[in-house]
Amino acid sequence: MPVLRFVLKRLASLVLSLAVASVVIFLFVEVVPGDPAAYMLGMNAQEDTLNALREELGLNGSLMQRYLSWVAGMLQGDFGTSYTYRTPVSEMIGERMWISLPLAIYALTLSTAIAFPAGIWAASKRGSVADVSVMGLTQLGVAIPNFWFAMLMVLVFAINLRWFSAGGFAGWDAGFLPAMKSLTLPAVALALPQASILARVMRSSLLDTLGEDYIRTARAKGLSRRQALWRHALRNALIPVLTIIGLQFSFLMAGAIIIENVFFLPGLGRMVFQSISARDLIVVESVVMLLVFAVILVNFLVDIAYAMVDPRLRVRA
Amino acid sequence: MSLLEITGLNMEIHGTPVLRDVSLCIEAGQIVGIIGESGSGKSMTAFSVMQLLPEGGQARGTVRLSGHDMLALPEEALCKLRGNEVGMVFQEPMTALNPIQQIGAQVAETILIHESVSRSEAFTRAREALNRCELPEDKFPMSRYPHELSGGQRQRVVIAMAIALQPKLLIADEPTTALDVTTQAEVLRLLKRLTAEDGMGLMLITHDLAVVADMADHIVIMRAGEVVESGPCPALFDRMQHPYSRALLAASDHQPDRQEHVLKEPLLSLQNVVRDYALPRSKLFAKQGYFRAVNGVSFNVRRGENLGLVGESGCGKSTLTRAILGLEQVQGGSITLDGEAVFSGKQPNRAVRRKMQVVFQDPYGSFNPRWTVRRLVCEPFHLLDTPPQGDAREAALSQALESVGLATEDADKYIHEFSGGQRQRIAIARALIIKPELIILDEAVSALDVSIRAQILDLLADLGARFGLTYLFISHDLSVVRNVCDRCLVMQAGEIVERGLTADIFERPQHEYTKQLIAAVPQLPGKAE
Repeated sequence: MPVLRFVLKRLASLVLSLAVASVVIFLFVEVVPGDPAAYMLGMNAQEDTLNALREELGLNGSLMQRYLSWVAGMLQGDFGTSYTYRTPVSEMIGERMWISLPLAIYALTLSTAIAFPAGIWAASKRGSVADVSVMGLTQLGVAIPNFWFAMLMVLVFAINLRWFSAGGFAGWDAGFLPAMKSLTLPAVALALPQASILARVMRSSLLDTLGEDYIRTARAKGLSRRQALWRHALRNALIPVLTIIGLQFSFLMAGAIIIENVFFLPGLGRMVFQSISARDLIVVESVVMLLVFAVILVNFLVDIAYAMVDPRLRVRA
Repeated sequence: MSLLEITGLNMEIHGTPVLRDVSLCIEAGQIVGIIGESGSGKSMTAFSVMQLLPEGGQARGTVRLSGHDMLALPEEALCKLRGNEVGMVFQEPMTALNPIQQIGAQVAETILIHESVSRSEAFTRAREALNRCELPEDKFPMSRYPHELSGGQRQRVVIAMAIALQPKLLIADEPTTALDVTTQAEVLRLLKRLTAEDGMGLMLITHDLAVVADMADHIVIMRAGEVVESGPCPALFDRMQHPYSRALLAASDHQPDRQEHVLKEPLLSLQNVVRDYALPRSKLFAKQGYFRAVNGVSFNVRRGENLGLVGESGCGKSTLTRAILGLEQVQGGSITLDGEAVFSGKQPNRAVRRKMQVVFQDPYGSFNPRWTVRRLVCEPFHLLDTPPQGDAREAALSQALESVGLATEDADKYIHEFSGGQRQRIAIARALIIKPELIILDEAVSALDVSIRAQILDLLADLGARFGLTYLFISHDLSVVRNVCDRCLVMQAGEIVERGLTADIFERPQHEYTKQLIAAVPQLPGKAE
């Protein structure tokens, strides 16, 4: 089964990348200056108190021991205990994940839902008013900083129209719709620049494909312009679009810090930011590892999607 | 009434006229060859029949296809005719198929968009069309993807798509130009058979007079958007009137004037050359497999000689070219130029490398478009230990450009300002500038129109005499090799299967493969033995 072999091969490379990433992250956090124990106990701590705390936090073993216990813990879902909050890191991540992940998926869905029709429309009417306006609007979408756009939306939709709340998260306990509602403005703010980039990529990729010889062949068979676009050009144009979607999802998972701040959302981005300033390295380490895992997983999915779209890639890989 | 009647067809693209008053007719069951060089308007004539005009294209006049006025019909009606009444086959089979769709689905699509039949019936009929195009089910199931097929096989799929609904007219635009001679012969035979079986009209567009001479009933010769001459075939060949037609005929079998001054001593010498490529591993710890692209090849090129190396795609001739140029290391045997190895240690030997240069096939792709001609032509200077500077450099540049018939002022232009033939002259100037002894011509004239090709061959003969050059002609085009080479090697599957004087090989081929190759070459009437 070539398809199964392809998936297994990609899976093996996924595991390998994760192992390498864990070593790099671990070593990187190791060399960052600052002793978490000293930071937690303050300037006047006694040497033996410090030692006791280091022992408790598991900071005293050899490098290898500490690495292995960190990895072993993670595999069992135990990410250690936060130095500052004294709560299990897994719990902290769990809570925030339920905001960051839905927000990322929401934003990506919006951006795809906007970008695909816009890109396809612009490409199919190349040079027309429709094309020029899509290109102009996306240019604007790329150029406007999303935090500024977020504040503008708060001003219009939360303060003037009062359709949405200006910030905060309703919580999933309040029900699906209220929770989604409080994620809507942040998701739109995140999606806008992404949709603009994606629409432009979609358009240019589709235009390239429409110039290919096999489109001419399809037209010679009697397909209309429209049919040739939908049946032959679109799937062929997807490869670069999938690449961008993969990159955007990874970015949305971690890169929402600013938007999370604008809307007072307790997401992963804010947590990393706070942990770094508090030298809560175990949280930083764990979240970074988790984000790396997400990125690698998304790349794996994008690879599988490539192979689904293009049979030639199944063989080559 | 004829099947296709084109009368007074004029066409402009963004205001630039490309067709002027073109008139021609095709009857059912008739094969009409349209001949012309690039830019003669032969493809544009075909596209105006299909009404698939390039952007900004505008056609006037009348094109009647089985009674339909193609220029007046709305797009919707045209879509119903395309694929149904008229099918089309294109030049480049490698890109003519959708790479991510199975071939069966692509052929069945022609049927599905025109007739309201079930999918299974469309696929059954697609299978029949593929069978008719000599792609039998056991070897070519419909689940194949285009990348799993060779160029000739892909062209058969394109033909199957075009004839699936048994159209009245088939337009084939340079259908065999990108194919090897034996494949070309098979595809032409297929087209001829299908035309006879279905009583189709066939518009066969080509730049190669010999291709149409073999099979057309009627010939139309075009130049610069106009029909210059037309008439029944092969009678037209005997009484061609127009000077352009006669020039075209002469050019297609052009033999450059050259005096032989071959010396006995070998310049380039290959002994038992072996080149292996590593194959991808099938399993993680499987033994590394190899593909032997060149297998024990030995030959000498004598100083002052024109040696031809003939073979079809995949026979290993390009691999051998790279090995001779020292671009890749060989796994066995030796390659020496003037007694020195081309590859010493782990890298190409510069001292040897500067004695040979290469001219490639594609005059469009083998130049960096952002460099001036000066920089392009002077590039081989990096092979010299002390490259000339200042005036000496300019003098060498002018000499190289002038020797290929270009002007010194051309040095500051960019490559897009030149035509295909001029670009090939620039490639030759680039090869000449460091005064090499051997020039390897890797399909160097294959992409050129016949009249341009004749000029370049004359130029090469002239330069050979002036600078005492030795040429290695690598080509799949037997007619060129026949006209310019003293000796000739025939390569098949990585081995030299026949060698000898060119005249001997063409008149008395010994090896079965050589016989096949020579038989497959289309002949002009009166030239066949």
